Amino acid sequence: MTETEPHLVVEHLVAGYVPDVPILRGASLNVNPGELVTVLGPNGAGKSTLIKAIAGMVPVKEGDVRVSGKSIRGIATHALVGAGVAYVPQTNNVFTRLSVEENLELGCICDITRTRERIEETYRLFPDLARLRRLAAGRLSGGQRQMVAVGRALMARPGLIMLDEPSAGLSPKMTDMVFQKLLEVRAGGVTILLVEQNAKAALAICDRGYVLAEGRDRFTGTGAELLSSPEVGELYLGSKSRLAS
Amino acid sequence: MDIASYLVFFLVMAGIYAITTLGLNLQWGFTGMMNVGVVGFFGVGAYAAGLLTGPDYPDTLGGLGLPPVIGYLGAMLASGIVAFVVGLLTIRLRHDFLAVATFGIAVCIQMLAMNLKPLTRGFDGLHSLPRPFASLAATPFLSNLYFLVMVLLVGGALLWALERLVRSPWGRVLRAIREDEEASAALGKYAVSYRLQTFVLGSMLMGLSGALYASFMGFVSPQDLLPIFTFQIFVMLIVGGSGNNFGAVIGAVMIWALWTLSETVLGAFLPPELERQASAIRVVLVGLILVLMLLYRPQGLLAERRKISASSSSRSDKT
Amino acid sequence: MMQLLVDGIVAASFITLGVIGLSMVFNILNFPSFAQGDQITSGAYMALAIATLFGTVGGPAGGLSVGWCITIALPCAVVLNALLALIIDRAIYRQLRLRGASRISMIMASFGVSLMLRNVIVMFAGQDPHFFTFAIQPALRIWGIRIAVNELIVIGVTFVLVLCLHLFLSRTTLGKSMRAVAENPSLARVNGIDVDRVIQWTWIIGTGLATVAGVLLGFTVQLHPFMGFELLLPMFAALIVGGMTNIYGVLLGALLIGLVEGLTVEYLAPEYRQAAPFAAIILVLLFKPHGIFGEKA
Repeated sequence: MTETEPHLVVEHLVAGYVPDVPILRGASLNVNPGELVTVLGPNGAGKSTLIKAIAGMVPVKEGDVRVSGKSIRGIATHALVGAGVAYVPQTNNVFTRLSVEENLELGCICDITRTRERIEETYRLFPDLARLRRLAAGRLSGGQRQMVAVGRALMARPGLIMLDEPSAGLSPKMTDMVFQKLLEVRAGGVTILLVEQNAKAALAICDRGYVLAEGRDRFTGTGAELLSSPEVGELYLGSKSRLAS
Repeated sequence: MDIASYLVFFLVMAGIYAITTLGLNLQWGFTGMMNVGVVGFFGVGAYAAGLLTGPDYPDTLGGLGLPPVIGYLGAMLASGIVAFVVGLLTIRLRHDFLAVATFGIAVCIQMLAMNLKPLTRGFDGLHSLPRPFASLAATPFLSNLYFLVMVLLVGGALLWALERLVRSPWGRVLRAIREDEEASAALGKYAVSYRLQTFVLGSMLMGLSGALYASFMGFVSPQDLLPIFTFQIFVMLIVGGSGNNFGAVIGAVMIWALWTLSETVLGAFLPPELERQASAIRVVLVGLILVLMLLYRPQGLLAERRKISASSSSRSDKT
Repeated sequence: MMQLLVDGIVAASFITLGVIGLSMVFNILNFPSFAQGDQITSGAYMALAIATLFGTVGGPAGGLSVGWCITIALPCAVVLNALLALIIDRAIYRQLRLRGASRISMIMASFGVSLMLRNVIVMFAGQDPHFFTFAIQPALRIWGIRIAVNELIVIGVTFVLVLCLHLFLSRTTLGKSMRAVAENPSLARVNGIDVDRVIQWTWIIGTGLATVAGVLLGFTVQLHPFMGFELLLPMFAALIVGGMTNIYGVLLGALLIGLVEGLTVEYLAPEYRQAAPFAAIILVLLFKPHGIFGEKA
């Protein structure tokens, strides 16, 4: 990894489910190693599609996606883990019929020998999960499931982890806890791309952010800059006010 | 058999199967209901006609000696009733469960035909079934010819009626139901009622074709109720074009032609001891055609004639 | 009464071995394969062919009614039948999957495969029944219940295989991957699971077990081209009654159907054997559409 090359580069991505109807219309972003970058935007802006396009789950028409300099555009989804990228979907992100521990085990298939030690490490990061390890993931609360999903993603020791709206459906208290955990994860040296609906909370913890609108990146800056920007506020709140009040 | 007789026989059978295929087209082609029990309804119609029109068989309840036309109407009624009951039980089911359930029904109907001896005479079947206009025909050939004319008239009338039906508002609802099972679930009881109507109507056509078959052959037995029949009808529909009434008819004629021709060809090349094997080869051939059609031309020879609906724009809403 | 129970368990064993494959295909490939029954038949006939090739098909050996050649024929047939299933998947089902074919098309294709398999067997072996052996099956009397040694073997083998399946699904990575794919293939891919590999193993395991079912059925009763097809409705019944997504429910479903079939044969008539599974299907679909042990989608 060179100093100049960011960890993740998305370059003028044009992508969509149906070939003639692109949802992303030339979105670009960079994430440097060890950064926590958030992607925000109103509904329909294409945030989820962006992550899915990076993950190879949505067909890409134009543009490129590079991880550590290597292009992963159009990658087969199951090769993501091998490329050092972990992805936490927004919904259905745990196997409800498998136990917590089995969910974690599945995160580590590429490196089976290390499973045991990594599971223990995961339980250190998420102590609640150790208690719940034998329970079927479907019986957990929303916040606990999110822990399992993130823990599972970390099992493969990815360099980059992408999360799609981890706060969705969570109470503010749970959201805080999830985001605290993300900061701990970042402290461990993992690069994070965080797509979020909850702009204030995300901007509070991120290094930098991008605001997506109509399939393109419209604004970028540090968390503080975006929080105090009137244009960003207008995008969200419909009038010239600031997100940080 | 000379060419003319052969042709007449061929066309009668093709016509009968065309009617069966039209019934399946209504259920599956237009409404998306996969009825894997076609032969069951065919059989109900055949046996109903047999019991109504056959001579008084000893030791059985049946054999009322009524005119053939009563047999045909009775067959439609019987298969309609069976379809109604079956439909009530299964109409809400997802495609695969409907397939399994209708498959089971056909198995049960064959089982009943084989074993309910007081009614169906079991393996011996019902014999000496009459045709209409039997007294008018001087020779067997003429009898077959009159039958052919009748089948063509009935088939033609059905085709016309079905085409009208399909273009009507009723038909459009059917297609809507087929396109989107979830949306039609939102329609609730209306979807159920429509599907039930189609199921019953389609089954009545299958029953009618069964009655015509029994009447033409003069004989019906459990051997006529084998699962391969359902399969043949599906192949006819898929080859001809599911969702297209003309496709159904053309598919029936083509596959029947293939079936009978292959019998002749194989019969010419293989010694008679291998007759069993020969018929197995024919089935494999038809199976191969089915799979190839599914792979390379799933819409059939005559694709469905309709405008692409506005439904394609709804897909872009999915995130 | 106990005799009925035991006979029911024997019947259930064949259904069990066959329904595992049916359930796996249903959960991982998302359609009920109408060809599952005929894969049982093809397995049996493959074993017969191999055993015939190796010499005496008949000769009783060691208290069993079947010769030693079965110990070679069975594994060979398992491999061959699994290979055939993989070829069929590659040539037909996978092509349909890639084209985004509907579930109905897959069902139709499996119907076609079913007919082709069955009739290819008729082409080569004819319609008359075959036997692995002509020797009389030795029967035992345990606690007043009459059971053939072959039937004991059937129960024993089934039990062992079911146990192995359980261990496989709960302890091995491949087993867990299969459970993951059955629930959520997209999430499985995100985890790095190669769904295509899992699909291949699904066919291998399902068809392997079906082959064992065929061979066991073959030397307990007889071989004929419809032997597997006749199990199709009971297998579907077991699947539906047990709750499609829960493999253990399905196993219990198979047991139930076997017992009910036994009861039907005893108290109604042998010819009405097929009515039992069908009635079970209808009852379950009416009152508990997700099966006795299933879960809501």
